[in-house]
Amino acid sequence: MAKFLQAVTDGILGGAVYALMAAGLTLIFGVMDIINIAQGVLVILAAYLSYVLSAHLHIDPLLGLLITVPAMFVLGIAIEWAFMRRLRGRERTAMSLLVSYAVAVIIEGALYQAFGSTPVGYLPRYAIASFHILGFYLPYIYLIGFGLAAVAMAAIYLMLYRTKFGRSVRATMQDKVAARLIGINVDRVAALTFGIGVAVTAAGGMVFGATNTFNPDSGYDLISRLLSIVILGGLGSIAGALVAALFMVTAEEIVNIWQPTWATAVYYAALVIVLLVRPTGLLGKREARAQ
Amino acid sequence: MSASRLTRPVAIGALLAFAVAFPLVFTNPAVTTNAIYTLIFVAWAAAWNSFSGYSGYISLGHAVFFGSGAYFTAIATIDWRLPGSDVFWLLPLAGLLGGVIAVPFGIFALRVRRHTFVVITIAVFFIFQLTAYNLAVTGGTSGLLAPTINFAAATYNNPFYYIALGIAVGTVLISWLIRRSRFGLQLRAIRDDEDRARGLGVRAMRVKLSAFVFSAVPVGMVGGLWWYFTTLVDPSSGFDPLNDVAVALMAFLGGLGTVSGPVLGALIIEPSYLYFQQQVAAGYFIWMLYGALFLLVILVLPRGIIPTTAERIGNWLDRKRRNGAVARREPQVVTAADRDKELA
Repeated sequence: MAKFLQAVTDGILGGAVYALMAAGLTLIFGVMDIINIAQGVLVILAAYLSYVLSAHLHIDPLLGLLITVPAMFVLGIAIEWAFMRRLRGRERTAMSLLVSYAVAVIIEGALYQAFGSTPVGYLPRYAIASFHILGFYLPYIYLIGFGLAAVAMAAIYLMLYRTKFGRSVRATMQDKVAARLIGINVDRVAALTFGIGVAVTAAGGMVFGATNTFNPDSGYDLISRLLSIVILGGLGSIAGALVAALFMVTAEEIVNIWQPTWATAVYYAALVIVLLVRPTGLLGKREARAQ
Repeated sequence: MSASRLTRPVAIGALLAFAVAFPLVFTNPAVTTNAIYTLIFVAWAAAWNSFSGYSGYISLGHAVFFGSGAYFTAIATIDWRLPGSDVFWLLPLAGLLGGVIAVPFGIFALRVRRHTFVVITIAVFFIFQLTAYNLAVTGGTSGLLAPTINFAAATYNNPFYYIALGIAVGTVLISWLIRRSRFGLQLRAIRDDEDRARGLGVRAMRVKLSAFVFSAVPVGMVGGLWWYFTTLVDPSSGFDPLNDVAVALMAFLGGLGTVSGPVLGALIIEPSYLYFQQQVAAGYFIWMLYGALFLLVILVLPRGIIPTTAERIGNWLDRKRRNGAVARREPQVVTAADRDKELA
């Protein structure tokens, strides 16, 4: 029972970080119909940035977020401007997958070139330290990750529902042509959304790097999880991503108690079962037309 | 226009004759080895295109059929201790297995809209890879090794080459037949507007599922052949996400939804990829190069070589005709859906 509760706690704390990374992915899809498959490797890139900052420049990774978040934001805007904006027409979503995959391959190649394939990690002192409460064992880094994710999710929520920019983002999500007709600069909205969607990987990557060792290859495992989460939650739904991430990571931690080798399969099994019942995902909207 | 009616059969005949004579002319095993890998991808790209290109449902999970075909052939060969060329008789079964796997896969994945479909194929792909890592029968991380074959060294590659050629030609032929048929028309109607096609009486689910299953068969077959030729399958090479994306790139480069486009794309990309890998750039630099090439193709030639060239030639013929007489100009067909997408 203690193990079970511990797994649930770990799942909720860890799931929040996944929710943040998935929220970026689903936000980008909602606004632009673009599936950014590079999200996984971008998280790894952010983890490497934190690693460089802490191992070579001796800047605490948490403090380093002041550098990595703007850096990833700018990178996101650059990717949108250079590649995604140019995609037009019928096969846009499929093309965006291929384009972002190509971006992922380039980043992965560059990371291999720079750091090699040996897994690295960094351990800020709060990653090792932990405290006991009611018999639970809670590493500080999990709490920090949870706090970061909660703050960032709240910020995204406030941005979307309490600002003028958020209103134009939501309008663009609903109908691009109509949004353009009423004077919204859709290109600017798309660029900023992509920037925000990528900027969240800085926080996600910092926590991921502090809790795991990683190499450039780790992006694949991440992206398959993130894709499962956004599909389960319903593409384009941030609340769905949050629910799905908490549910999936917790389920994985619980299964991990008995069956470590098959724990990852829980993700996909849950996905299959939910989609058989609800093809649009947990909180996904029904599309008006089948395409 | 009798000249152009003759051009096509002659060109195809010449290409086939060249393909058949290829291993007799280029006897260097290094060359024929690359040719075999290329033919494997020709078959895969043509099969993939006969589903994804015609229906517009982009699959990034066909490696599931490739890996399953490879593992099936490997397990059967090792278990039954099949010698030498007997293994080739397993290939139709490997294709059949691909088709059988495609049935539940398709029923599950084709229920959702296009965007989600792509992601689900990726998720199913990861399930298969994970399973291959964890099962005992697949040999886990180390994979399954093929027994040594006692073919004569000088002509060792030839059986592989001709079988790969046979599968590739057969697949392209079937793809051509599908495109000409009522079934192919239904697929393309689904691609253009699924709701409208449904309204006109196309049984969309049945048509999509049949195309998906058909497209899985050749991929399973080349998967089996690939294992026997390359001698080792492990979870990361049998179920390789890079292959899925490479095949999609081949089709996009040549022309998605055309018969010859994916073939041309495979004939361009796979040899150049192998060449770069073997001759030019070692290590991870090739990845960056590959990614950059990829971006270039999609951004510069979004519709692919074949449609773009066909349009150019058409325009040129038009202009020539107009110079002779007052030509009737065909109005360009722009559907409302296209215009909306262009605006969006």
